[in-house]
Amino acid sequence: MEKLKLIEQTQTRDDLPDFQPGDTVNVHYRVREGEKERIQQYVGVVISRRGSGANQTFVVRKISSNIGVERIFPLYSPYIAKIEVKKRGKVRRSKLFYLRSLRGKAARLREKK
Amino acid sequence: MTGLIGKKVGMTSVFDEVGNNVPVTVVEIEPCIITQIKSMEVDGYDATQIATVDKREKLVSKALKGHFAKANTKPKRYVREMRDFVPEGAKVGDTLKIDDIFRENTYVDVVGVSKGKGFQGVVKRHGFSGVGGQTHGQHNRERSPGSIGQASDPSKVFKGIKMGGQTGNNKVKVKRLQVMKILPESNLILIKGAIPGSNNRLVEVYNHG
Repeated sequence: MEKLKLIEQTQTRDDLPDFQPGDTVNVHYRVREGEKERIQQYVGVVISRRGSGANQTFVVRKISSNIGVERIFPLYSPYIAKIEVKKRGKVRRSKLFYLRSLRGKAARLREKK
Repeated sequence: MTGLIGKKVGMTSVFDEVGNNVPVTVVEIEPCIITQIKSMEVDGYDATQIATVDKREKLVSKALKGHFAKANTKPKRYVREMRDFVPEGAKVGDTLKIDDIFRENTYVDVVGVSKGKGFQGVVKRHGFSGVGGQTHGQHNRERSPGSIGQASDPSKVFKGIKMGGQTGNNKVKVKRLQVMKILPESNLILIKGAIPGSNNRLVEVYNHG
């Protein structure tokens, strides 16, 4: 098992901020279009974090032109250029799937003091 | 045919140089000692014999003890031969290194013993679809094989009909898996995809083709 950890250690990175479900984050994601590479920003609420070691992922949900969009990011993906935490949300559970059935004002989260 | 014997450590995933998340199996290569070098003149073909994993002396015949003593090692449990391959300057008793044999981004075949599943029916063992329903008068045979042949002519069941039986725990070779990474200092090799058997079981890793 230590040997698996050894390999996973080479995959992780420590330049990412600490964030939790409920936080609003801005993910700077590298997008490759043919030869060119540019950075796409994706802002939304983290509704879930799962996995352990190098295989962690997180889900960011946002409302884009009235349609709910969710994206799953591998936490240590080299495609992620930067993660900015914009707001710390106060939530009482680790998976915020209940936000899917809420819209507009009801889908707001209280901010952590 | 060139290869080494290793132990399956487990699975994880790594990011490749493009950034894709690739599932890999980690194999720890055991120290493989050359116990004999066969040559065209003496044996009729060229080959290198390798051995790994110690065995209790009590379990080894005198003849084999002598064979291993020539290579100056303890008796070994696993002995394999790499045909038509003699590393340059190799002597009996040398230990083969992982980067002598494998290269990154090449392909390997992996031979192992698959996980035993016990006595299984035809649905799991051969992928039969079963009866496919529980209604319309269907009795209690939802996973049965159905007909296994004809009637009084031929009056027998033909050989080779797929039936239930022991599943798994047999030798399986998976061909053409990509080597993602080699870590020579810790004797680990990362192979893309799954390989047969449970963790901690020994597998043989050969270069493909």
